[in-house]
Amino acid sequence: MTLATIADKEVHVDAEGFMTEYDEWSEDLANQLAANIGIELTEPHWKTIRFLREDFKENGETPTLRRVTAAGGIPTKELFQLFPKKPAKKMAYVAGLPKPVGCV
Amino acid sequence: MKRLVVLGSGTAGTTIVNKLRPKLDPQGWEIVVVDAATEHHYQPGYLFVPFGRYDPSDIVKPIEKYLPKGVAFRRSAVESVDPGRNVVVLDGGDELGYDYLVIATGATPRPDQTPGMLGEEWRRSVFDFYTLEGATALAEKLESWEGGRLVVHITEMPIKCPVAPLEFVFLADSYFKERGMRDRVELVYVTPLDGAFTKPVAAGRLGGMLDDRQISMEPDFYIERVNNETKALVSYDEREIPFDLLVTVPLNMGAEFIARSGMGNELNFVPVDKETFVSPKWPNVFAIGDAADLPTSKAGSSAHFAVEVFTENFMQIARGEEMTHRFDGHTNCFVESGDGKAMLIDFNYDVQPLPGKYPYPVVGPMKLLEETTINHLGKMGFKWLYWNALIPGRKLPVSTRMSMAGKDTTKDTTKDIEVKV
Repeated sequence: MTLATIADKEVHVDAEGFMTEYDEWSEDLANQLAANIGIELTEPHWKTIRFLREDFKENGETPTLRRVTAAGGIPTKELFQLFPKKPAKKMAYVAGLPKPVGCV
Repeated sequence: MKRLVVLGSGTAGTTIVNKLRPKLDPQGWEIVVVDAATEHHYQPGYLFVPFGRYDPSDIVKPIEKYLPKGVAFRRSAVESVDPGRNVVVLDGGDELGYDYLVIATGATPRPDQTPGMLGEEWRRSVFDFYTLEGATALAEKLESWEGGRLVVHITEMPIKCPVAPLEFVFLADSYFKERGMRDRVELVYVTPLDGAFTKPVAAGRLGGMLDDRQISMEPDFYIERVNNETKALVSYDEREIPFDLLVTVPLNMGAEFIARSGMGNELNFVPVDKETFVSPKWPNVFAIGDAADLPTSKAGSSAHFAVEVFTENFMQIARGEEMTHRFDGHTNCFVESGDGKAMLIDFNYDVQPLPGKYPYPVVGPMKLLEETTINHLGKMGFKWLYWNALIPGRKLPVSTRMSMAGKDTTKDTTKDIEVKV
């Protein structure tokens, strides 16, 4: 667990740069996190990020791609367009949530 | 008289009743097992069937032979569970009440969930090996196959035995060499993960083993459909992977009655406490083994370690005490690597697979994260242990909790393998 400065704020991140404190996240930070991985956030991105944040708050874990599609109503194909190549990881990164477990 | 109902008679369900029946007072406790099947399959054996190393008769036995006296077997499918009324509704409408319920109905491959997978190429050039029928059909196919591009593919995590597709590709390499046709086969490993395995040190080691064998890997591949005309896998980001022969691991899902009962997640796995397996919604409902939504591998070994914890806890419940035993996510797997060798990995919720010795420090005799003949003999011998010791509920000479003794912690670094977002 280390501290990183993102958009002039000190925040806690893990070894791969995923934020570890739910409440340290803000929309400003999300813009900077997205820029770090070459994404400019548009309304469909925000819709996804809001679903991720709400779902995490309710269930205590980062939703899987399947869950974002099934419960969040965002088609998988669209998620790959919004967050190219690795949507599950990239969405979680921008939304300030832990890396999805999914794979054990 | 109290009644414990166990849904499913696979590794977890069978072991639970074999451990609990001798301990629970026969006057005070009735145990009922419900399963629609009549056969118990030794699922780790499926891997060897396509290569002609096991015959179906090695891995199939009657369910009832492995259930102890004093346990009732109800042969039926489950329509639904009504946890509000403590009732299981069986196929046909009969109701079975319970005081405690264990859901141990496992995970099932679902090729129907991927468009085109069950198309006209199914069992012609598209095969699975996670069912006995699939593994048997693939054995016939391989016997007469003349070579080409063989693609081994994982649809989505989690899957049962996450190392099995890697073992398959290692064994395929070895099999084609033995038949003198390796130069006519291109081997490709396609995974939704970003590497060969989920945990960094093992992923690095296993990735190196793919390279050594000239097996190419396509990571981060999330399948949308199978194109039967062009014989190709198509991903959501529109990558195409052509194949002459596809061996896929279809989406793994929990039982449908779990969805009908509103008790599961998107994949019909039942959310439970990861240390005690109790449902957070219904305190007399448990899910164990592959059926549970736990952050550990879906594997017989973790089911076995989980059952050890569960049965201790259940005896406390029966005595009216608090549950005090906790599961640490312990799993170990032999990874068959071809040419008569295997690797062994041992891990839990918090500690990734590391090099070292198992089950005893220094003397082993098995080596962790290294390919050895003795590991292979361990794997082959395990079938006997499974039928004769594990599911009959006898104590195995290994610890339920993962041990750090014998492990080389200097290798416990994720920095060697940089994972980028």
